[in-house]
Amino acid sequence: MAEHYLRAWLLTDTPTSRRHAKMSALYQGWLSFRSNTMAMIGLIILLLLVLIAAAAPLISPHDPFVQDLGNRLAPLGTPGHIFGTDSLGRDILSRLIYGARITLYIVALVALIAPVVGLLVGTVSGYVGGWVDVVLMRITDIFLAFPRLVLALAFVAALGAGIENAVLAISLTAWPPYARIARAETLTIRSSDYISAIQLQGAGALRIITKHIWPLCISSLIVRVTLDMAGIILAAAGLGFLGLGAQPPSPEWGAMISEGRRFILDHWWVATMPGLAIFTVSLAFNLLGDGLRDVLDPKAGE
Amino acid sequence: MALTDNNTERRPRGPLFPQWIKTTAMTLSSIAVTLLGLLFITFIIGRVMPIDPVLAIVGERASQSTYDAVYLELGLDKPLIVQFLYYIWDVIHLDFGISLLNARPVAEDIARVFPATLELATLGIIIGIVLGVPLGVLAAVRKGSWIDQVARVLALVGYSMPIFWLGLMGLLVFYGILGWVGGPGRVGIFYVDVVPSVTGLILVDAALDGNWDVFKDAFSHIILPASLLGYFSLAYISRMTRSFMLEQLSAEYVTTARVKGMSEWDVVWKHAFKNIRVQLITVIALSYANLLEGSVLTEIIFSWPGIGSYITTALLSADMNAVLGGTVVVGLIFILLNIFSDLLYKVFDPRAK
Amino acid sequence: MMENLLDVENLWVKFPTRQGVFDAVRGVSFSLGRERLGIVGESGSGKSMTGRAILRLIRSPGIVAADHINLDGVDLLKKTEKEMRAVRGRRISMVMQDPKFSLNPVTTIGDQIIEAYRLHNKTSKSEAYAKAIEMLNAVSIRDAERVMRAYPHEMSGGMGQRIMIAMMLIPNPEILIADEPTSALDVSVQRQVLDIMDGLVKERGMGLIFISHDLNLVADFCDRVLIMYAGRIVEVCEANKLHEAKHSYTRGLLNSLPRLDAPRDRLEVLKRDPAWSEAPSVSGRV
Repeated sequence: MAEHYLRAWLLTDTPTSRRHAKMSALYQGWLSFRSNTMAMIGLIILLLLVLIAAAAPLISPHDPFVQDLGNRLAPLGTPGHIFGTDSLGRDILSRLIYGARITLYIVALVALIAPVVGLLVGTVSGYVGGWVDVVLMRITDIFLAFPRLVLALAFVAALGAGIENAVLAISLTAWPPYARIARAETLTIRSSDYISAIQLQGAGALRIITKHIWPLCISSLIVRVTLDMAGIILAAAGLGFLGLGAQPPSPEWGAMISEGRRFILDHWWVATMPGLAIFTVSLAFNLLGDGLRDVLDPKAGE
Repeated sequence: MALTDNNTERRPRGPLFPQWIKTTAMTLSSIAVTLLGLLFITFIIGRVMPIDPVLAIVGERASQSTYDAVYLELGLDKPLIVQFLYYIWDVIHLDFGISLLNARPVAEDIARVFPATLELATLGIIIGIVLGVPLGVLAAVRKGSWIDQVARVLALVGYSMPIFWLGLMGLLVFYGILGWVGGPGRVGIFYVDVVPSVTGLILVDAALDGNWDVFKDAFSHIILPASLLGYFSLAYISRMTRSFMLEQLSAEYVTTARVKGMSEWDVVWKHAFKNIRVQLITVIALSYANLLEGSVLTEIIFSWPGIGSYITTALLSADMNAVLGGTVVVGLIFILLNIFSDLLYKVFDPRAK
Repeated sequence: MMENLLDVENLWVKFPTRQGVFDAVRGVSFSLGRERLGIVGESGSGKSMTGRAILRLIRSPGIVAADHINLDGVDLLKKTEKEMRAVRGRRISMVMQDPKFSLNPVTTIGDQIIEAYRLHNKTSKSEAYAKAIEMLNAVSIRDAERVMRAYPHEMSGGMGQRIMIAMMLIPNPEILIADEPTSALDVSVQRQVLDIMDGLVKERGMGLIFISHDLNLVADFCDRVLIMYAGRIVEVCEANKLHEAKHSYTRGLLNSLPRLDAPRDRLEVLKRDPAWSEAPSVSGRV
């Protein structure tokens, strides 16, 4: 009964308050998202990933750092080591589980830095206009013109290898598209009538940008961020693979592949398992991103 | 120039500068600014590098006077802006400094390794175009059919797969288990330096020399990494082709072509496809640029002696001149490809004139 | 009794959607002689779909069904796709609304016209070229040689539509379907384009199906008018007797137009009766 009432309240055509309207819109978005099977699969995989990362100490069968040289390179299905062990006898499954934490850490940091920088640059550029716009967009273009991985490599080279520097390097190469999107949105919003109305009421630029323009840019940015996540994971793994990201003995997936590469022909599982993990997670992000795009930004879909 | 109903021409008013001079000037200046930006970023990266460039040259045990001499020679006493100008001057003269690893000019090294990357990426993009474009067109024409689904899954997997891992798996399966292809490297050990290097592209050199054994061996080495790169560009090209085609197929002129009594094949290729050629060239140029970059990881996996391997090796040994030289070259190619696709737009699209 | 070129019996056009099947055209019957037949209705009434269904241009998932669509006694629905291609352009042709979209933007006008001719006539390029020039002259385009080399975006709307007419009439079809041919044009050139089209259709003794939302224009220009509403024909009448129309929908449409000779303070708003869309389709056959 109560559930039925809640559903009716959420699906109303005549919301009674701002909050009501917001909740209603969210619920309807969720309904259409839920009908997208692939996107739901992506979401479930990612939720699982978060759970696994959070519960890593509880569920991992072994300590990911403890070496057991007597039992090195044990194959798949070895009792106690279902995914086998690596060249130092460490349990691969446990390392994958702990590696999920690193992956989430990288993704979360980049997702915090790059879109925020892009949003700032883009909205200021679009709202202020004039030479500020010209200069900021030129800088954006220069970064866009750069090959991303090579630029990230050069940054890491300068900053030194390590996970934080890898995050910084990826963020530095990831922000320009967000700036472009935010600027385009700002230009459309800025010229709309309701912004003029708020201006007439005496709202200042800061208030308009933070209260009226940012909230409207968010949905297209979220879609873009989700779709970019896969690329970010791949870039981070690539840096790890090259030895420029997380440093040993950290169980970062890319670094694990790099380690397993030496034994690829005889002990293939050492490199295969972390690769499958990377693939699964970035696939999940792609599926989720596609689904979100359909819900939040139907124009951009095909 | 628009023709009006009574076919009178609009007279040009004869401005101070014709339009094309203005647009050319704008384009050139924007290219110049972008190039400057590229150099500025690499310059800054070189600056913040915590390694002392003087120490790197003279070594730990050099005397203070030697140190000072090199310090002055490198111009490190000058203000930053002057150093930047020196840097630009050097780059314009293709002087990227001396590699710390092998004490040779970086420019020479790059010239030596670049053809390997070019050969790999070019074969990759050819594979990507030959398979990706028809796949994208078919997926659009038969939207929702099984072939559309296959194209979608191929692209989705391509977007989600770590390229270096797929490369490893390819090596494992096709080289390690099946033995269908040559292993890492450009040619087998017995064929190294057999044919004279004319273009630096081994396939071309072997063909020029008429040495088909080398050609076959080189081909068996290049085909796996090139297919790998080809797959990644296929994922992108086929998706873009599909969405461009969908847009065109819903256009009214396509109906016009059908009304004329044209076969569906001709409607698709002679009318709809003709309209996406220009967009497609842009996508391919971009994809090609991405392959040059994507080859960094691929080259490592396949021990391919190209610019990607070069930059990475230099990176790991903190050979900053080599890293920055490589970055500038790759960046330049990137920008040039972008400009090139812009120009093609102007040449091939009648509406852009 | 005039000769029947086209005879359509019980035509349905359906589109399966998530909410069930949507019927765009619901059991329409009419015939066409060597005359100008107008089909009038508001957007969504199914008038354009009717035109496209005759040429079998409805793409899947859309479905066309009819008892028959006879062209000279031969059912078009029984033809294979390949046989249908010999009908399109050669026997039945169509002019669409906006030349900005209906001409291929990256092909020269000359190539597009020549292509239309050579699809149905095995001739040399130079012969087709001469024919195209002749056709352009027939639609009052001076400087035809230059227009042949031009691209569609270099043309004005009125010229574009005349080019479209030339292109669609060059294989010498028997029937022309004109789907809102002047709606996208400036008022100043609408009449000119219509006159050119009318002249050619008359001269060649063709049948014309003129699809429009403009009641006055159709009354002026056509011999006979079908009024469509919600996928059905609600009324059929002679064009010159349109003001005597009986159906309340037609009356409503007429009354919602401003008239110089009978000015009113407030135009009537059309009041829709659900019974209109339920009533069976009126036959437009002669």
